[in-house]
Amino acid sequence: MKVVTGDKDIIQPENLVYKRSSILTDKQFSYCPGCGHGTAHRILAEVIEEEGLQPVTVGVCPVGCSVLMYDFLDIDMQEAAHGRAPALATAIKRLLPDRFVFTYQGDGDLAAIGTAETLHACNRGENILIIFINNGIYGMTGGQMAPTTIPGMVSTTSPYGRDVKTMGNPLKITELVAMLPGTCYVTRQSVHTPAAVRKTKKAIKKAVEYQKRNMGTCFIEIVSNCPSGWRMTPVEANKWMEENMFKFYQPGDLKVPPEEPEKSKDDNE
Amino acid sequence: MEKELRLMKGNEAIAEAAIRAGVDAYFGYPITPQSEILEYLMEANPYEKTGMVVLQAESEPAAINMVYGGAACGKKVMTTSSSPGISLMQEGISYIAGAELPCLIVNVVRGGPGLGTIQPSQSDYFQACKGGGHGDYHLLVLAPASVQEMADFVELAFDLAFKYRNPVMILSDGAIGQMMEKVYLKPYREREKTLPEWATTGKPPTRERNIITSLNLDPYLHEKHNQKIQAKYREMEKNEVRFEEFQTEDAEYLFVAYGTSARVCQKAVQLARTEGIKAGLIRPITLYPFPSVRINELAGKMKHIISVEMSAGQMVEDVRLAVNGQTEVTHFGRMGGVIPTPEEVLEDLKSKI
Ligand SMILES: Cc1ncc(C[n+]2csc(CCOP(=O)(O)OP(=O)(O)O)c2C)c(N)n1
Ligand code: SF4
Ligand SMILES: [Mg+2]
Repeated sequence: MKVVTGDKDIIQPENLVYKRSSILTDKQFSYCPGCGHGTAHRILAEVIEEEGLQPVTVGVCPVGCSVLMYDFLDIDMQEAAHGRAPALATAIKRLLPDRFVFTYQGDGDLAAIGTAETLHACNRGENILIIFINNGIYGMTGGQMAPTTIPGMVSTTSPYGRDVKTMGNPLKITELVAMLPGTCYVTRQSVHTPAAVRKTKKAIKKAVEYQKRNMGTCFIEIVSNCPSGWRMTPVEANKWMEENMFKFYQPGDLKVPPEEPEKSKDDNE
Repeated sequence: MEKELRLMKGNEAIAEAAIRAGVDAYFGYPITPQSEILEYLMEANPYEKTGMVVLQAESEPAAINMVYGGAACGKKVMTTSSSPGISLMQEGISYIAGAELPCLIVNVVRGGPGLGTIQPSQSDYFQACKGGGHGDYHLLVLAPASVQEMADFVELAFDLAFKYRNPVMILSDGAIGQMMEKVYLKPYREREKTLPEWATTGKPPTRERNIITSLNLDPYLHEKHNQKIQAKYREMEKNEVRFEEFQTEDAEYLFVAYGTSARVCQKAVQLARTEGIKAGLIRPITLYPFPSVRINELAGKMKHIISVEMSAGQMVEDVRLAVNGQTEVTHFGRMGGVIPTPEEVLEDLKSKI
């Protein structure tokens, strides 16, 4: 065994436990410190790399803080109008059925202006993956109330807290989507702890597999934070998320495909 | 293979021509007076024959954004609608122009504003030719005046769309969409197998990643992008102006009219000639780019020019710009879905003599 005498000696290929995904470009993330978007990007990049999907991936990024996602991932991408990503993805997948197609959308994008596109793509059972970053707020435009802002939560357009009597109720769109026959896998995850990151990454890997088998729409909600919009430090934001967001948006699977779908498919033939 | 002769509605001709032109996908939402296009395509089921995807979208915004997604894959993709639906598509059309994507949008125009009427109209000229959505952009606009041109312009539209990486609009109206005429159909053309190098199809190791976006946070870069697309419009203005003239050689009075109005004016010219009035017609086939140069040349010889449109007078502004004060230009038209008769047009002409 080699005797370790200094830093240089530790940096050996056999000692490598973590490396930056080759799918991430050199461009520095534009996200605020502690924001969940960066972590979500990173694990998506890792899955694309580990599954060898770069040559077959077409991603769609939204209007929202992640609008510049194409700067950070070394894959082919389309930038969509606010809320319309599932419509783009529908056409991409229909025209290039053997590609891995995903959308990555914020809560304002997916659950307010894009509600129709989201529900109908899911209801048609488009063979795409929808990654839904729910931070309960409009991050990009400076912290306005989102369709997902929880009751009592303060935002710049609900400065005294969300009053559901006048401002309406938060929309649990993931629960809605899980009811639709077109979805095959609907899950709610988070990326605020190493354990949560591992689970979310596993969920993305499952979705890749289901898409390969043309099983229908996969929908992964990532309950996330927005330290800037929430006016909190990153640590406070994650704590607040656990204590408040998770009560309303409980993490876990909402819908999983029946066991061994490949086998049952063969049986039908 | 021989050309095939059929009796068809304008809407059906567009649908059949799209299949034959090797279009990759159609996304649409029903609206009168053009629902036959989607119905025809669903019945023809071209996916089985050519692989063409046909999908009924949940709305016009969804349809135009499906067009964006498909066009960004380098595919030949189209949608069709009528006035209220086209209004809903404007955000998407602006994104498509901004991202420089080729596609075909057909507007079978009905009378507005609002829900208006389902009868034919030409009141969407401004929307089609002056941008329509936000930002500085143009569609290349083709105006068919017959069922034959409804069919022929599909292939032409895609050729132009891919040549300039710009959306093309066929600006038709309810009359041309609904009327039946004989039409020669071209033989089936295979769908394109090779995709343009800018298409988002998955990044192979042999090239950089492809990104389709209309976003530029740096205003100076974005100004450059705007200059680039403006340069394309100047090229179109140089190369793509199309028009047709009818009895202009000795004319002293000129009608300018497109689409259904041009058909009415052709008859009005004949009626005028039987009464010894030397009338002629210029029919713009491209509304953008507009045949300004030719109208300017003709204007010097004319005692009066009338822009005949089924609207309150929209194209007349472009005619006046082209004429540049050489002679008087007025507008004649009916609104709200009413088609003027040749006799009415002739009466208006006589009132100017
Ligand atoms: C048609 C349209 N309306 C409004 C906007 C302004 N806008 C940009 S991002 C955004 C909200 C984004 O919030 P969300 O989807 O939750 O993403 P986040 O930034 O929180 O990740 C809005 C309203 C826009 N770009 N386009
Ligand atoms: S504004 Fe919020 S969502 Fe956007 S980058 Fe900053 S922390 Fe993240
Ligand atoms: Mg948000």
